Amino acid sequence: MRVLIKGGRVIDPSQEINQTANILIEDGKVKSFPKDIKKLEKESDLQVIDARGNIVSPGFIDLHVHLREPGFEHKETIRTGCEAAAAGGFTSVVCMPNTNPVNDNASVTEYILLKARTEGIVNVFPIGAITKGEKGEILAEIGEMWEAGCVGISDDGWPVMNSNLMRHAMEYVKAYGIPVISHAEDLNLSADGVMNEGFTSTILGLRGIPNASEEVMVSRDITLAELTGAHLHIAHVSTAGAVRLIRDANKRGVNVTAEATPHHFSLTDKVVLNYDTNAKVNPPIRGENDVEAIKEGLKDGTIDVIATDHAPHSEDEKKVEFDLAPFGISGLETALPLSLQLVKDGVLTLPELIKKLTVSPAKIIGIDRGTLKTGAIADVVIFDPDKSVKVDREKFRSKGKNTPFHGWELSGCVLHTIVGGKVVFSG
Amino acid sequence: MVFQQKHILGLKELTAEEINLILDTAESMKEVSQRDVKKVPALRGVTVVNLFFEPSTRTRSSFEIAEKRLSADVLNFTPTQSSVVKGETLLDTARNLEAMGATVIVIRHAMSGAPWLLARELESSIVNAGDGSHEHPSQALLDLFTVREVKKEIQGLKVVIVGDILHSRVARSNIWGFIKLGAEVRLVGPPTMMPQDVEKMDVKVYYNLEEALRGADVVIMLRIQMERQGSGLFPSLREYSRFYGLTRERLKLAKEDVMLMHPGPINRGVELSSEVADDVHSVILDQVTNGISVRMAMLYLVATGGGNA
Repeated sequence: MRVLIKGGRVIDPSQEINQTANILIEDGKVKSFPKDIKKLEKESDLQVIDARGNIVSPGFIDLHVHLREPGFEHKETIRTGCEAAAAGGFTSVVCMPNTNPVNDNASVTEYILLKARTEGIVNVFPIGAITKGEKGEILAEIGEMWEAGCVGISDDGWPVMNSNLMRHAMEYVKAYGIPVISHAEDLNLSADGVMNEGFTSTILGLRGIPNASEEVMVSRDITLAELTGAHLHIAHVSTAGAVRLIRDANKRGVNVTAEATPHHFSLTDKVVLNYDTNAKVNPPIRGENDVEAIKEGLKDGTIDVIATDHAPHSEDEKKVEFDLAPFGISGLETALPLSLQLVKDGVLTLPELIKKLTVSPAKIIGIDRGTLKTGAIADVVIFDPDKSVKVDREKFRSKGKNTPFHGWELSGCVLHTIVGGKVVFSG
Repeated sequence: MVFQQKHILGLKELTAEEINLILDTAESMKEVSQRDVKKVPALRGVTVVNLFFEPSTRTRSSFEIAEKRLSADVLNFTPTQSSVVKGETLLDTARNLEAMGATVIVIRHAMSGAPWLLARELESSIVNAGDGSHEHPSQALLDLFTVREVKKEIQGLKVVIVGDILHSRVARSNIWGFIKLGAEVRLVGPPTMMPQDVEKMDVKVYYNLEEALRGADVVIMLRIQMERQGSGLFPSLREYSRFYGLTRERLKLAKEDVMLMHPGPINRGVELSSEVADDVHSVILDQVTNGISVRMAMLYLVATGGGNA
């Protein structure tokens, strides 16, 4: 099977390519960039995709999703999560271990990968838990999970509060060369907070989570990364102070990378003013100052990656009192148009944005994706950055309709998503 | 003037004109309460449900009397003993009540924003009878009503609110109400009980009770929740009472005709010294009586718009 993507503007930051070109895919791999395609087009067994006027880039990689399977199949399954990913232009997703059972041993990892192979239409790379049951008490069998295919470890959703245990985790993973992903939150400072602490939480009478809750932990984890030399990746950066701490650490040469989510750079906490539980997320949507700092961090490279923290929940779970609603936003299917707004606003150039969705995340977890180099696995996305779209959660492939962006008018539309040379989504 | 709001969720959502309309209407209602036959047919045929998820005998009784004086059909529903125990959601419970014909739902709930959920999802008019640490509109409206009765004018008054502002729905509603009607609002309490950025509500924040009391026209004392002891917000009731408890001595710093108010129930010897508690008792009873008139006005306006008053 061969696929020819013709006439698109190819942007591949891994090779610093930004030009109109044709791409020939053969046997699931990038074969060549043929200049003359007249003869080729006449050949049979060739699927031709006309990409003229559109952008062709390596398929996006989402470093932070919750696929919910096993255990929470009413929220999402590996099948629906992968379909949502494909619709959002993602060809690879990295799934967090807070399933039931927790992905804290090789058999759960193998189950996820088996399901992904049989039912998932995009690549799935699991993250293993740092501690057994994500309880923060004893190390999980990290080596075996790495052997089974885990590309990093994290107790996402639950920070490892015991600093000594976190130190050991960082030391231990050095043997496998995978990152420790930190959900940076001091649970004592968060107390029972449900939103950003500030004027809005004061008006609403909701318990706030101070910026310090994140910053204290980012600071601790940077210190431990410095001590151990481990690769620390800070998940979903939400505060100005966290951006500053990471920037300073980068300057000192600490091995720390970071990601930010579209909702953290697109919204301020005023979105919660009507008690909209679809905007309840952890870390919470912050203030204007924080949004500006995240954009600044994306611009100067302090924040390497855009990841969604796709956290689907069922509608019933969200249609309750604000305090009772689970944290999380369904993010895979709005990520591209929200991120393209950064280009419109002059924060990033289009190649810079694509870099944060492709080669940068690939590098962090050490996978050979996010590139269109000759011979690379043909994971490709074709999108129209200017086509206007209206976000309609009813059309989400994800089971999670929990988005605060419903009804938003944005631009940017995925046309085709190709995984391993096979078209898995056409919009 | 017709009352345009379908719900009363908080004083933040009301304009000064709407607040005044409620207070004016409450005056007519007070007249009804002074008749021999304390009843008008204004809400005949209207079913009002008092949906109280938190035990609150005072507020619920006050709403119930208000509803009965307006001739509404009243259903009291205290889900602590019934459906919630079986795991029914707030929305399902409320939908059931609506299916039984409720057109006004008065809700008291321990979680901030619960009335908003009902307002968004149901057809009924929702009246907030206190939600979490968010708002307690009927309490603030009756405080405003009581102050206006005595002082004639809210504009320009110096109003001091003392205590645990962070957790107080009474404080939030009173801040909005008094500010909108032109008073100066001062908040006093330990810094741990001051919510973030509260100054942005156009209030002045004090940590010293004496300073705040100087020249005050109205002092509203908040109840200290005994269970907050040990939460790290203050060291002990003893110390709290020493620095933030109201004594006769301290009250002398306020204007001579200062009005002292308390949403009740009082912790004697904690936020109020026993002697002050006795002094203040009469005003507190006025507040309770006025509460019925104000709640009648709220229900009447929400259910009818008040156009034919």
